[in-house]
Amino acid sequence: MNNWYVFIAIVISAICTFGMRALPFLISDRMKIKSQKLEFLGRILPPAIMAVLLVYCLKDVPSDFIGIGIAKLAGVLVTGISYIWKNNSFLSIILGTLCYMLLI
Amino acid sequence: MKSITKYALKQALPITCSYLFVSFAYGIMMQEAGLNAGWSLLTSLSVYTGAFQFVLVALLSSGASFFTIALTALFMNSRQVFYGLSFTKDFPHMGKKYWYMVHTLTDETYAVNCALEQKKETEELLQDDENRRNIMFLVAIFSRISWMIGAVLGGILGQLIPFELEGIDFCMTALFVVIFIDQWKACKDHVPALLGIGIGILLLLCLGQDVFMLPTLILVSGILIVLKEGKERE
Repeated sequence: MNNWYVFIAIVISAICTFGMRALPFLISDRMKIKSQKLEFLGRILPPAIMAVLLVYCLKDVPSDFIGIGIAKLAGVLVTGISYIWKNNSFLSIILGTLCYMLLI
Repeated sequence: MKSITKYALKQALPITCSYLFVSFAYGIMMQEAGLNAGWSLLTSLSVYTGAFQFVLVALLSSGASFFTIALTALFMNSRQVFYGLSFTKDFPHMGKKYWYMVHTLTDETYAVNCALEQKKETEELLQDDENRRNIMFLVAIFSRISWMIGAVLGGILGQLIPFELEGIDFCMTALFVVIFIDQWKACKDHVPALLGIGIGILLLLCLGQDVFMLPTLILVSGILIVLKEGKERE
């Protein structure tokens, strides 16, 4: 692989990635849009996005149910149930992760 | 200041554990593609995004065009646009740290930052916006440092993993479960969370695991806006 090719590819990737991260700030910053819709989305989206992220973490469950799926679901259940029960985030994260590591 | 650092460390711990592990794997992958730890460090420093960095290794190995690389980067990171929306009130007030915060916003720091916002009412430390923003900044730094350390170590140590660590990256999923439950308890309106889960699963099954994320985010926010306007009309 040509060093310049790799370097330019990384620079392009960095610019595109940063651009996407900066976009919402540029919209609300530069254009001074006090868009109610934008504000509403910023407030209401977090719970929806967390839910989508959770599905994203479990995205390989349907395609490899026996191999990974069951272990992941068990890990999620152990984490969730122990958290609702004891309300200790550290304990639940450790228990859930251990459960997953032992099952795979 | 000391208590803020301690608090931030505690919040960042699940991220650092999973980042160290995942970026270690990334470093190994880069090494196998013929790109040494220096390249891993440069990419992790400048691009700093999980999934796309892995795809980039494959793109580089196959000699993909710059256009393909740019398009893939834009597309895979387009979900970040939605994350930023939640912090247009916080980051711009952070002075010199403003653009650093924008640059280091990831799925994981987004989740932790949201959790901080949620805990504002119960934890005294977070009631001061200045404190909360400093904690967000430290979480961003700790996360990024661990990502870079993992990538470099992966490149240097390669396959000399001393013990079986497979699956430790699950702690990220576990953290998301915990944050999800916290948000569920804090919100009276469960429609956004249920929509996220429902449409997420539906599109995951219909479109497949590689492309479902962005359509899901667009559809969920679209429906939420429509629902809100419907309520206002009543």
